[in-house]
Amino acid sequence: MSNHEIVGYIFICIGAIFDFFGCMGLVRLPDVYNRLQAATKCVTLGTMFILVGAAVVTATPAIAIKAILCALFVLITSPTGAHALARGSYLSGVKLWNKSVTNKFEERAEEIKKTYSGETK
Amino acid sequence: MTFIYFIASVLAASCFLCLYRIGHGPTAPDRSVAIDILGTVVVGFVALSAVVMRKDFYINLAIAWALVSFIGTLALSKHLEGRRFDE
Repeated sequence: MSNHEIVGYIFICIGAIFDFFGCMGLVRLPDVYNRLQAATKCVTLGTMFILVGAAVVTATPAIAIKAILCALFVLITSPTGAHALARGSYLSGVKLWNKSVTNKFEERAEEIKKTYSGETK
Repeated sequence: MTFIYFIASVLAASCFLCLYRIGHGPTAPDRSVAIDILGTVVVGFVALSAVVMRKDFYINLAIAWALVSFIGTLALSKHLEGRRFDE
C-alpha cells in the first residue's frame, strides 16, 4: 500500500465517522430543527471527506476529477436543501422545542403567510 | 480489506439510523430531513464502492444520485410549505 493510498483511506475513515455521528444526531436530538442542523453539517463534511479520499486513493483522472466535482456539488446543494427544508417545516406549522431560546424567523413567517393567503384569495 | 469492511459497516449503520428516523419520525418534516440525509450518505457509499471496484462509472452514479436527491429535497420542502411545484 503506497503513501497516497494510506492518506486517502484516512480521509475516508474520517468521513465515515463524521457520517455516523451526524446520523446519531438525527436520531438523538429532540426537534426537527436541531436534527436538521446537526445531521446536515456533519453529513455534508463527511461525504465531502469520503469523495476527496476516493480521489486521493484512486489517483486516476477519470475518478479523481469527477469525485472533486461531486464534492463541490454536495458542498453547494446540501446546505441549500437544508435551508429549504427548514423554511418549509416552519411554514408547515412545526413548533420549536420548548427549551429553544430564540426565533428570529417568526415575524418574517407571518408576512409570508399573509402574502400566500392574499394570493389564494 | 478488513478496513473497507469497517468503513462500509459504519456507513450502513448510519443508513439504518436514517431509516429509523424515517420510520419513527413524529412529523412529516422529520421524515423529509431523514430522506435528505440518507441521500447524502448514499453518495458517500457509492464513492466508497468506486474506490473498491476501481471503476469510474460509480462516480457518475454518485453525481446523479446527488442531483436527484437535491431535486427531491426541494420538491419535498415546497410540498411542506403547501405550495405547488411550479411557483
